[in-house]
Amino acid sequence: MRALAVLKTALTGNYAVAHAVKMARPHVIAAYPITPQTTIVEKLSEFVERGELKASFVNVESEFSALAVVYGAAMAGARSFTATSSHGLFYMYEMLWWAAGSRAPIVMAVVTRTIGPPWNIHDEHNDILAIRDSGWAIAMASSVQEAFDLTVQAFKLAERAYVPVAVGLDGFVLSHTVETVELPPQEVVDKFLPPRNPDLPLRLRPGEPIAMGNLPSDDRIHAEHLKNIYKAHQEAKKLVKEIDSEYGELTGREYGGLVERFELEGAKYAVICMGAWCGDAKEAVKSLRREGVPVGLMRLRFVRPFPDEEVEALSDLDKVVVFDRDITPAGGILGREVASVLGRDKVVNVVAGLAGVDFKAEEFRKAVKHAIEGEERLMLL
Amino acid sequence: MSVRIDLLPKKKYVMPGNSACAGCGMMIGLKILGMALGEEAVLSIPASCASVVQGLGPKSGIAMPILNVPFASAASVATGISEAFKQLGVNGKAVVWAGDGGTADIGFAAVSAAAERNSDVLYIMYDNEAYMNTGIQRSSETPKGAWTTTTPTGKREAKKDVALILLAHGVPYVATASIAYPQDLYRKIKRASEIRGFKFIHLFAPCPPGWLFDPSLTVEVARKAVETGAFILWEYDNGEFKLNPPSSSLVDKKRRKPLTEYLKLQGRFAHLTEEQIRQMEEEIDHKWEFLLKFAQAASRR
Repeated sequence: MRALAVLKTALTGNYAVAHAVKMARPHVIAAYPITPQTTIVEKLSEFVERGELKASFVNVESEFSALAVVYGAAMAGARSFTATSSHGLFYMYEMLWWAAGSRAPIVMAVVTRTIGPPWNIHDEHNDILAIRDSGWAIAMASSVQEAFDLTVQAFKLAERAYVPVAVGLDGFVLSHTVETVELPPQEVVDKFLPPRNPDLPLRLRPGEPIAMGNLPSDDRIHAEHLKNIYKAHQEAKKLVKEIDSEYGELTGREYGGLVERFELEGAKYAVICMGAWCGDAKEAVKSLRREGVPVGLMRLRFVRPFPDEEVEALSDLDKVVVFDRDITPAGGILGREVASVLGRDKVVNVVAGLAGVDFKAEEFRKAVKHAIEGEERLMLL
Repeated sequence: MSVRIDLLPKKKYVMPGNSACAGCGMMIGLKILGMALGEEAVLSIPASCASVVQGLGPKSGIAMPILNVPFASAASVATGISEAFKQLGVNGKAVVWAGDGGTADIGFAAVSAAAERNSDVLYIMYDNEAYMNTGIQRSSETPKGAWTTTTPTGKREAKKDVALILLAHGVPYVATASIAYPQDLYRKIKRASEIRGFKFIHLFAPCPPGWLFDPSLTVEVARKAVETGAFILWEYDNGEFKLNPPSSSLVDKKRRKPLTEYLKLQGRFAHLTEEQIRQMEEEIDHKWEFLLKFAQAASRR
């Protein structure tokens, strides 16, 4: 299959996502504009208007309705997509849980952005991480190419696990930055992503009575349903790896499943991070290696399902430095997630890059060194 | 077109033994919806009485496919179903069955957007004039003067005329209907389902525990609302506005029954003074005048 012509082109992260969605052949797209997501759906509406993508593009009055439209479409058997950021994601909140609880195989791009006040359109991960317990699978790209690849893969994951999937990409850092991207031939995407089964998670067709979501006759039915969502995420851990391998065979790009490992061979210390700034973190790791510091890096490609086993494999290391581009009253979100696997003693949590403040390779290098040498558990930079 | 009641389809779409209150007006409407569109409709039902009287999951007592959805989402979910069916080549009608709170209040932005987009959805608002599912709290559809648990001395504001607001969106079909006139409702559902685009039916559906009347009087209360002129049956079909019987013969207010015949059946109006009732009558007159002028302006033919 690799012999087929690959189109090498230059795209922003948002346009890469739009191209991935187009190649996934969705039936229904609905969205509401919000910076920095907007150019994804602008591009998709162009594809539809020009007849390059046969799909319904529905303009709605809110993000809540955007998700409600694609939810209705997904439950009726359609492949469906939406995209949002920040406040838009939070405006969807009730629908997020309803979609996951309905096991609706929706894909949504989340272009990460700060939460106000004040109004600020720059990059931060608080938005996408705040939905981590809603039942959605959550992935995060680190390059424009990966934003494309993850979007295509997300449809397959959603339609095999019956878990909606959020594909994150950093606002502006990826969404509006042009990089070289390889677009696989349409035949390759079609082979990887066959049409979805319209009769699962349920068959919604006229003349065929069924009720989804009415009051349960026994609360234990509801309780089982909730446990099944947990189980679906555990199953999704395997699926993410399988899908990554299969995609790798077809396109030559395999990322490592739930995480990407970098320079972990012989490491005594590890950096854990997520998203585009991992590129800077890798530069820092390389530089520290040159200095003789035995440090490697684990990049979280997924935070739901959480890569518990992969993180646990770091338990023999002396220290793990977890970078969070988010903050909560209890510290960094990823820091606490990792500490729940490795224990608090092993983890140094660095909170940085908030509100879109730049955090470069040299700052990573200094922070990692300080974390390794010092006694602090939480560094707010 | 008139519909003979003995010729209505006999298949039951609302099974006996459901958990609706005795005398539930909404369930009468749902039966008629089943008769009219039982084999074609896919329902989106937001949080409402209708979402809790379907029977207990995983079973259902309604013989139509139903997607229960969040309170404010029904118009949008139905849009998604409708677009999916279009893309997948499925013949089916996306129908919303929602209460007045889910339509006129919390879901109104989505309803207005679906209307403005002219999404291919039949939206039926069954109006029991308050939040009955949570225990009789005021909605924007509660009429002025009515007692509810959040307006203990009577609501001070007027009822929002959702159907006219939807008409002003320029959609192809808007109608009002009442569970006391099942043939009229049946015909309107059938007619609406023939039209592509956004269709809205405002269905008047009395609620015995919420309006404080005996469950045997549901149809009587609904009929009195029309005969006294408090609720007006009309239809706007692709640019043509008309009153429907019996409202069409009640333009002359002398032909309307006294408002008290409607009010006295219900405990929610028991506290009203004569002066308040007189004011209410004036407001009903004004509503008729406004509707007829609006209708004249709205009609393209």
